[in-house]
Amino acid sequence: MAVMTYREALNMALREEMQRDPRVFVIGEEVGLYEGAYKVTQGLLKEFGPQRVVDTPICESGFTGVGIGAAMIGLRPVVEMMTFNFAILALDQIINSAAKMYYMSGGQFNIPIVIRGPGGPAHQLAAQHSQSMESYFYHVPGLKVVRPSTPADAKGLLKSAIRDDNPVVFIESETLYAVKGEVPEDPGFTIPLGQAIVRMEGRDVTVVAYMGMMYRVMEMAEMLEREGISIELVDPRTLRPMDTATIINSVRKTHRAVIVEAGAGFAGMGSEIAAFITEQAFDDLDAPVERVTGANAPMPYARNLEQAKTPSNQKIADAIRKVCYMNGG
Amino acid sequence: MAQGTLATSGVDTGLARHLLSQMVLIRRFEEKAAENYALGKIGGFLHLYIGQEAVAVGATSVLQPDDYAISHYREHGHCLAKGSDPRRVMAELFGRRDGLSHGKGGSMHLFDKSTNFLGGHAIVGAHLPLAAGVAFGIKYEGRDRVIVCYFGEGAVPQGEFHESMNLAALWRLPVIYICENNRYAMGTPVERALAEPNIWRFAQTYGIPGEAVDGMDVLAVREVVGRAVARARRDHEPTLVEARTYRFRGHSMRDPAGAIYRTRDEVEREKLRDPIVLFRQRCLTEGALTEADVKAIEKDVNDLVDEAVAFADASPEPPLEWLLTDIYKTED
Repeated sequence: MAVMTYREALNMALREEMQRDPRVFVIGEEVGLYEGAYKVTQGLLKEFGPQRVVDTPICESGFTGVGIGAAMIGLRPVVEMMTFNFAILALDQIINSAAKMYYMSGGQFNIPIVIRGPGGPAHQLAAQHSQSMESYFYHVPGLKVVRPSTPADAKGLLKSAIRDDNPVVFIESETLYAVKGEVPEDPGFTIPLGQAIVRMEGRDVTVVAYMGMMYRVMEMAEMLEREGISIELVDPRTLRPMDTATIINSVRKTHRAVIVEAGAGFAGMGSEIAAFITEQAFDDLDAPVERVTGANAPMPYARNLEQAKTPSNQKIADAIRKVCYMNGG
Repeated sequence: MAQGTLATSGVDTGLARHLLSQMVLIRRFEEKAAENYALGKIGGFLHLYIGQEAVAVGATSVLQPDDYAISHYREHGHCLAKGSDPRRVMAELFGRRDGLSHGKGGSMHLFDKSTNFLGGHAIVGAHLPLAAGVAFGIKYEGRDRVIVCYFGEGAVPQGEFHESMNLAALWRLPVIYICENNRYAMGTPVERALAEPNIWRFAQTYGIPGEAVDGMDVLAVREVVGRAVARARRDHEPTLVEARTYRFRGHSMRDPAGAIYRTRDEVEREKLRDPIVLFRQRCLTEGALTEADVKAIEKDVNDLVDEAVAFADASPEPPLEWLLTDIYKTED
């Protein structure tokens, strides 16, 4: 184990997988000479050369398609989106080419590609550069979608994503790149896709959260504990395929559920989680499932409006108290 | 059997027979497909290639078997020319279990790994970056292969055409982009869609070779694409070929006459350039083939296509549990 940043953990995963498999290459804007807009690919050009660390012009659809084409004949590209907002330009390639090729070819052409980069709310970057993008992808059969919340998860999940034989959308966060944590240095360390983790065990309420929202829940946990509410915090880690069993098992224990997500609530991740909890564990529930979501608005620039857009610690705590009938609700 | 050669182009009897057989196969195959569409055996969209056969056949004839081809949604001809079993292609059109994609792809999504045919892709322009990616992969692994990428002139206004030309030129990728300019993107004539209707000229913008060719002349296509393939293989130099052709049928079976946006006179006039008629006549005139050869080719092809239809008709529908297979690849 070593303590390192989330950014360094991603970098280590890329380096190890490129050392392990010559078919793995990195492609995207500013990944080589500039060493990544967020420095995730730092040092890779020097170690692996321009053939395997490929700088592209600004053409997301084009270079994502290049990755998919290379994957069709057996390479394992890691496509960097400078930010996931730009992946919208490549949405047709990701959905219509990458996700569906295996199916519409009757199992002849799988696409082992990772599309990664930062997404989610950032700091005062306004509407086009600060938004939760996962909902655009987890709806699509054929894609896997990962949101790694910790440095160790960033490393272990990225390595699994690169080794996966399917297209994996891997959305990091600008606000987490500097977060530090313990990370196994063993190159054999991986975390399987599709496995949730119970971050904190508790008795009274299951809270499902990931990325920045997960940290907000952790910040509130001690205070709520003092109020007599014991939180069980579940981080799905992979949004598709989702480990529904871990969430359901937790709800069966606590009988209450709160889902927190940064993105807009309408048809968001919380909608799906609330739906399968209701379908599978209705009789176990002691309160309606509560969702705490981002406002149904584009991201504003002004600091106060931006703060109001994503779920605050206060809103999260209120929702947890509400399902425990402890705020007069 | 005639043993003559086509003096001007060095086409011997064997090659003449091959080219004519392939073009006739595609023509008859699609005529049968149209019949079976009318009978309700084939559903959805069915885009016929009739009139354009010289492009697929001429281009494929200069490829090695392990070279790659990728195409759009009007791809029956490209797939057959690349060597797919007509029985399995027809079964795919019928949506049956023995289809190339086990009935999951249909007319617009033919794929055949055994011939390196990398698919029919039905979002206009979207497979051009894929072709660049395949060429990137070829170069990455130092393989001695090339890829040809077919698309219609309707893809040229799309950003992905320009993104792909730029990347292919910038990175010197072994890809041959073959634009089949049949003059209508669905119902929109090229003059209403492109500020520069001479499509081959876009190659100049990107600093790569560009050439226009009579897409109704299989030998001309063969010659131009042959040069491009040699450049791609030898120098990793991409080429843009504009093959000027014409589709005799409508955009799809839902546009059978194509009569709103073009005149019947125009269609009839273009049919005088029928690539099969022209090549057959030339082979006969120049002595590469005899009437008996031509009759034998017709008969063999008719038998093959009848067999394909019978095979497709006899193939069962895919089992219902296949709805949920081939979505994610699990470890072998």
